[in-house]
Amino acid sequence: MPQQKRPIRLLRNLNAKIAAVPMMLTATFVFAGGSLWTVLYSFTSSKLLPRFSFVGAEQYERLWAAPRWNVAVENLFIYGALSLIFQFVIGFLLAALLDQKIRFEDTFRTIFLYPFALSFVVTGLVWQWILNPDFGVQSVVRSLGWTNFEFNPLYDADIVIFGILIAALWQGTGLIMCLMLAGLRGIDEDIWKASRVDGIPTWKTYLFIVIPMMRPVFITTLVIIASGIVRVYDLVVAQTGGGPGIASEVPAKYVYDYMFHAQNLGQGFAASTMMLLSVAVVVVPWAYLEFGRRRHG
Amino acid sequence: MRYCSALAVLATSTFLATAGPAPATELEVTHWWTSGGEAAAVAEFAKAFDATGNHWVDGAIAGSGSTARPIMISRITGGDPMGATQFNHGRQAEELVQAGLMRDLTDLATKEKWTEVIRPKSLLDSCTLDGKIYCVPVNIHSWQWLWLSNKAFETAGVPIPKNWDEFVAAAPALEKAGIVPFAQGGQAWQVNNTFAVLMLAIGGKDLFQKVYGDKDDTVAAGPEVAKVFKAADDARRLSKSANVQEWNQATAMVINGKAGGQIMGDWAQGEFQLAGKVAGTDYTCLPGLGINPTLATGGDAFYFPLQKDEAKAKAQEVLASTLLDPKTQVAFNLKKGSVPVRGDVDLNAANDCMKKGIDILGKGDIVSWTDQLVSQDTQKQFEDLFSEFFATAMTTEDAQERFAKIVATAD
Amino acid sequence: MADVAEISGPQTAIEPRGARPRHAFSRRNIFIYGTLILVAVYYLIPLYVMVVTSLKGMPEVRLGNIFSPPMEITFEPWVKAWSSACTGLNCDGLSRGFWNSVRITVPSVILSIAIASVNGYALANWRFKGADIFFTVLIVGAFIPYQVMIYPIVILLREIGIYGSLSGLVLVHAIFGMPIMTLLFRNYFAAVPEELFKAARVDGAGFWAIYLKIMLPMSLPIFVVAIILQTTGIWNDFLFGVVYTRPDTYPMTVQLNNIVNSVQGVKEYNVNMAATILTGLVPLIVYFVSGRLFVRGIAAGAVKG
Repeated sequence: MPQQKRPIRLLRNLNAKIAAVPMMLTATFVFAGGSLWTVLYSFTSSKLLPRFSFVGAEQYERLWAAPRWNVAVENLFIYGALSLIFQFVIGFLLAALLDQKIRFEDTFRTIFLYPFALSFVVTGLVWQWILNPDFGVQSVVRSLGWTNFEFNPLYDADIVIFGILIAALWQGTGLIMCLMLAGLRGIDEDIWKASRVDGIPTWKTYLFIVIPMMRPVFITTLVIIASGIVRVYDLVVAQTGGGPGIASEVPAKYVYDYMFHAQNLGQGFAASTMMLLSVAVVVVPWAYLEFGRRRHG
Repeated sequence: MRYCSALAVLATSTFLATAGPAPATELEVTHWWTSGGEAAAVAEFAKAFDATGNHWVDGAIAGSGSTARPIMISRITGGDPMGATQFNHGRQAEELVQAGLMRDLTDLATKEKWTEVIRPKSLLDSCTLDGKIYCVPVNIHSWQWLWLSNKAFETAGVPIPKNWDEFVAAAPALEKAGIVPFAQGGQAWQVNNTFAVLMLAIGGKDLFQKVYGDKDDTVAAGPEVAKVFKAADDARRLSKSANVQEWNQATAMVINGKAGGQIMGDWAQGEFQLAGKVAGTDYTCLPGLGINPTLATGGDAFYFPLQKDEAKAKAQEVLASTLLDPKTQVAFNLKKGSVPVRGDVDLNAANDCMKKGIDILGKGDIVSWTDQLVSQDTQKQFEDLFSEFFATAMTTEDAQERFAKIVATAD
Repeated sequence: MADVAEISGPQTAIEPRGARPRHAFSRRNIFIYGTLILVAVYYLIPLYVMVVTSLKGMPEVRLGNIFSPPMEITFEPWVKAWSSACTGLNCDGLSRGFWNSVRITVPSVILSIAIASVNGYALANWRFKGADIFFTVLIVGAFIPYQVMIYPIVILLREIGIYGSLSGLVLVHAIFGMPIMTLLFRNYFAAVPEELFKAARVDGAGFWAIYLKIMLPMSLPIFVVAIILQTTGIWNDFLFGVVYTRPDTYPMTVQLNNIVNSVQGVKEYNVNMAATILTGLVPLIVYFVSGRLFVRGIAAGAVKG
């Protein structure tokens, strides 16, 4: 950027600064301020209303002793890992298939993308109906003759998280496919030509040439998938309500339930802080490297 | 009764005063009464309030109290209070009152002599903080009922049980006939209350008071409570194939004879009534599970958040006295399946089950329910424990150990 | 970043780049189409179930098979879901919520995109000291679960004095849409050839003039993406709608939840399904109509880190 000497630093780029005021306010007061406020009050015994009654790390001790919180954290790891892997793999494979100069590409793409237009609440409800043991998939397969067929993920504590995963993949993979497709279309045709001339098999071209070139797409995709994973809430509430028992609880639901149902803000804030902390550990260094240092281009 | 006629005069006078050219004030009332029987009951309130020349703006929020309460609380603390709102009286709104967000109704209460008409006294006590009254109790609900489907037991060819033990004994016959013995809704508040009901019925009033009232963790870990866990284990086993979440769907299973019985509060009666079922012939109710006919007097109450608008504040007063009006009380409670909070109203229209309840209340076999005894925070921890217990194969010993731990830190 | 993307900028090609097909029924084709059709079935089943169930009467629904087509088509569940399903005493179905959702979505989309596009432009082309720090905080904000922020926002709105009003909700949507939207616009504007920008500056054009005369006209694809994402996101929002509004301004999703969860007697699955489709209709139409533009826009903007 061309540097000119101006008398007052603050006035340089004044218009840009004015334009960025909403961002600054949001970043400072809502995201940073709100987080700080949450962390601060997680050390208090606030109940229904926030009160500054300091109790040290008591809320945290209770949090990590609570079986439900531990189940929730474990679920988030399982759900997060699986959802990350499957969304990436399925999204990429679908995009690669659509990129083969096929007919009806628009139709297929629309079919894969439409669930993304539906909310998690709707997604949860629909899959709850489909997976209902009394009239969904299980009963239909049984009525076809396989009377011992067992597929009841929503009422089986061991596999309920997969029931949620099925719904989450249905809703989210379309967008990932779209991003991947856009990335594939950004690869120069010459690269394909060159690899064909050299006789490199298609799968090798994808694996060793195309995929490394798609780094920016993968990063955007990662941001979108990861932020969705941490926040997963509506889907669980609509599909299982955290059940059976506490088998499909997630951290965001713990936060909400303890803040508002249990009327124990301190406990909810402590759980929030743990979530913020994990986000910070993973995201801040990356975001700083990615957006903080590098100039575009 | 003297105050009764005084009240009638007052009721008509407010009616006259506002029926004139005075502009109708709209008052938004939030509640979580959305099942069939509940909606029919709340319509009675709306009708009575509209008749005073004001207008009831219905703010129903579906999905039970645990969904609705957070929304109500954020609205009140966010500075956009509704005209009136339902809470279960007890400790749910305690802090809102302490923070000065709720309206003090003491003057109106003195004028209308609430302390004399409302019984049992404990209801108004739950509305009172530092000698001031902040809410209007509208009904008495009790949780301690076992609802049985007569049809289910006929199909299975066994006599209708008279208490919980007979019910458990009859379960194999039901199962053989393809009937789910015990319809237990899976939601956390339902399983938690089922356990508390078992505690009161099987353990008795004293044990219940020691555990929930005095928060005595040695008792909670003791052999008496172990018996209650044994019963909870039975309940868990018998409801294994129920696969329902909402309480009224579980009730529907009992109504249709697909399930043998359900532990649920007396509001389940509203559903039976709506389905045209008659107590005694179609269904049987066992207060205190037929073992220990003691009822807990929980219930619903209306709170009135402070309003800036003068007209709204006036309408709040009108609504408060409308809710307690004898006629409204009867109309509402008959539909809701609960008992009126006034001792001076005519309840000939009540059915068998309600009369049983009224008798027990009259004898004074009552305790305060868990809503009044422990904080929401403690309730939530119980809920977490029991929803896990009912959905998994957790041993009763483990569950009791964790139960005692929560009791030890309860407030 | 690939050079080709840099040069072609916003007009990135969207033509397929895979190997050319040979015979119509080659093994390769059978594999590709077979897989695609199989996956498409999985994606379509829920929609099929919703539509089919919503056209059945309750007796037929109770018979059991959720996959069988209706024996007798009835539109009654649709009429009921739209105009007479009850929550508490309100029996006007989803109709009221539809207009509320429109009144919430339109200003929210406009405001959030206006802020984010100017913001992204400032970040990409007029960098100033400290901007990166704010932007990093903003991006981290995208990961913060909404539940964590409910309480601080209640306090914020109360202090400004717009809690419970429509403008309060619009502001909340603008705030939470900002991270992803800003990222989108920033990436897009960053890919605009530097020469174009420099030439305009030499001509003496200032911040706003360049934005209005140069940047805006060439950023249609990214605006389409932003509008699609925000419209669906805000239309589908439930949490903010229920916490930051009052019953007479409840959006459609909240009413959907109310209708689905107010079980009066038996669960009316057909009405619930019809209500579900009705609620999802607006975003669905947006996607069906603009699916192609969406991919084009994403190719142009979102994928450049």
